[in-house]
Amino acid sequence: MSDRIFGGIGLVVAAFYIWAATIIPESFMADAIGPKTFPIIIGVILAICSVVFLMRPDPEPEWPTTGSLAEIALAALVMMLYGMLLPELGFVFATILATAYLTWRLGTRPVASLITGIATSVGIYVVFHLILGLSLAKGPFGF
Amino acid sequence: METLASLADGFIVAFTVQNLFLALLGCFLGTLMGALPGLGPANGVAILIPIAFSLGLGPTPSLILLTSVYYGAMYGGRISSILLNIPGDEPAMMTCLDGYPMAQQGKAGEALSLSGIASFVGAFFATWGLVLLAPQLVKVALLFGPAEYFVLFTLAFATLGGISSTNQAKSAFAAALGLAIAMIGVDTQTGVQRFTFGEMHLFDGIDFLIAIVGLFALSEVFIFLEHHRGGAAGKAGAMQIGSLMPDMATLKRCVPTMGRSTVIGFIAGVLPGAGASLGSFLSYSLEKQIVDRDGKTFGKGDPRGVVAPEVGNNAASGGALVPMLALGVPGSGTTAVLLAVLLSLNITPGPLLFTNNPDVVWGLIAALFIGNFMLLALNIPMVGLFTRVLLVPTRILMPVVAMISFVGIYGISGSTFDLTLMVGFGLLGWVLRKLDVPLVPVILGILLGNQMEVNLRRAMTISDGDWTALFASPLAIGLWIVAITGFVLPIILGRRIKSGIEAQRPHEAVSDGD
Repeated sequence: MSDRIFGGIGLVVAAFYIWAATIIPESFMADAIGPKTFPIIIGVILAICSVVFLMRPDPEPEWPTTGSLAEIALAALVMMLYGMLLPELGFVFATILATAYLTWRLGTRPVASLITGIATSVGIYVVFHLILGLSLAKGPFGF
Repeated sequence: METLASLADGFIVAFTVQNLFLALLGCFLGTLMGALPGLGPANGVAILIPIAFSLGLGPTPSLILLTSVYYGAMYGGRISSILLNIPGDEPAMMTCLDGYPMAQQGKAGEALSLSGIASFVGAFFATWGLVLLAPQLVKVALLFGPAEYFVLFTLAFATLGGISSTNQAKSAFAAALGLAIAMIGVDTQTGVQRFTFGEMHLFDGIDFLIAIVGLFALSEVFIFLEHHRGGAAGKAGAMQIGSLMPDMATLKRCVPTMGRSTVIGFIAGVLPGAGASLGSFLSYSLEKQIVDRDGKTFGKGDPRGVVAPEVGNNAASGGALVPMLALGVPGSGTTAVLLAVLLSLNITPGPLLFTNNPDVVWGLIAALFIGNFMLLALNIPMVGLFTRVLLVPTRILMPVVAMISFVGIYGISGSTFDLTLMVGFGLLGWVLRKLDVPLVPVILGILLGNQMEVNLRRAMTISDGDWTALFASPLAIGLWIVAITGFVLPIILGRRIKSGIEAQRPHEAVSDGD
């Protein structure tokens, strides 16, 4: 069933892609086949493969339980928030929070997670910023 | 002779303090990443690329660092295979079969040093193979026109699923997905926007580094979260190494095995779509056929069963560099990632690389020779250091990996949009892995998409829109035949070989790509 759903989504993506390719504006510097042809070929390949998934699906993969799925979704959300808040909070604070969350969810006790978070964040800051001179996000406090 | 002179020049490039240090650092980090289950060569190199760039390393130093990581990971994978029966990365899977039984018999040290020597032999002779074969392949590649290049790219995608692929539709889908992503952004030939929908961040296209780090490294973190696997790979008690000295008689008995496996591994590496995993699988299977027909000793701790796959995967990793450097078309996951290094440094891989940037090519090859000796030293006398790393629990390790990924990507662009996009790619990678869609073709598609299109359009412009130009030369027809055979053959043979490899796969998930 998973492969059938995947094939269905694939077909929609392919259709959208081909449509988006057809609305690419023509340029006055046209070459023999133009900017549309190759994307359309790709879209057609996506569509053909999707039809194969629909017709001959593989055996069902082992999907995680709802709990694990929520786990992944939450972790992704935390990582996205991390990405967005990085300039607001500064590298050190944002990284402490994100690392502590991930470490905690992988099974460390809360206090130990916070310590791991601080150690990781400060460690990366020292190695990559102070020693190697990489630019990291500066927050309101300058680090 | 000309080759040897170039190689000598390469050694001059490699023998600077900075390059030697980077080679050593790369070898160390590579062995570490190889040893740790969950971090393989492909995602290890992927995480380090943005960091190497942000540090402002030039082309040769960056390549030396990252290829040393690649070679190192091939060495390091065996450590946890032997000690824990968990392969550190995919190519080390076959090493579990005889390595772990040896460790159980109290001969872990012997297995480690034998496999270390085996890794050295495989990598050393494969690097010689690279020296001799790559310039020859360059001569062929110079005959390629745009049409032939387009077919060559098609060939790379058609064969990338590999001989072990059971579902070619999924490989093809993955490749097309990668190509589709590569099309986003300004069309270089006409200057029109494609698939950007007015989103300013997409005008320059999607940086392939973001896709690579997201697909490989972050999806790995999600896999670990899914299984709540936070513990350490190793337990303190199980890590007794014992004496490191193999006895000379055993070593001598392994010499013919090393010879055969080097050749097989190297060929498996050069062929498109094979890579190190297949190299070790073929070496082990063939060796078993030759020296242990009745199945008496293999699988029960035969030293030759440890040597064969280790020689095989290291020889294959050297072989896989041949098409990557000479043609610009990688045949495996990690060489695809290494191609990304070249492309982001604005170096066009392929035949012109050897004439335009000989210092890069030969400096790199010389560094590989030097790195091999460093790896031998790191992997036999100092192997105890790496076994201790296996005691670090993944609940600490994986967040660190994630954070370093963020640091690297933020370092190149400083854009929060890119970070969010990377998380998106991480999720996409997780879903694709669940559905058994290979990630390497996606990466390769993103990397090669624009070049593939440019070559197609050039060929069409030359022929004035006549599509038969793609089949006009004997070279192109030959490439088409290989491409079609490479795509169709796995549909016939794939299930058998795949089940052979699958049967050896332990239950633990192993990082993707080789």
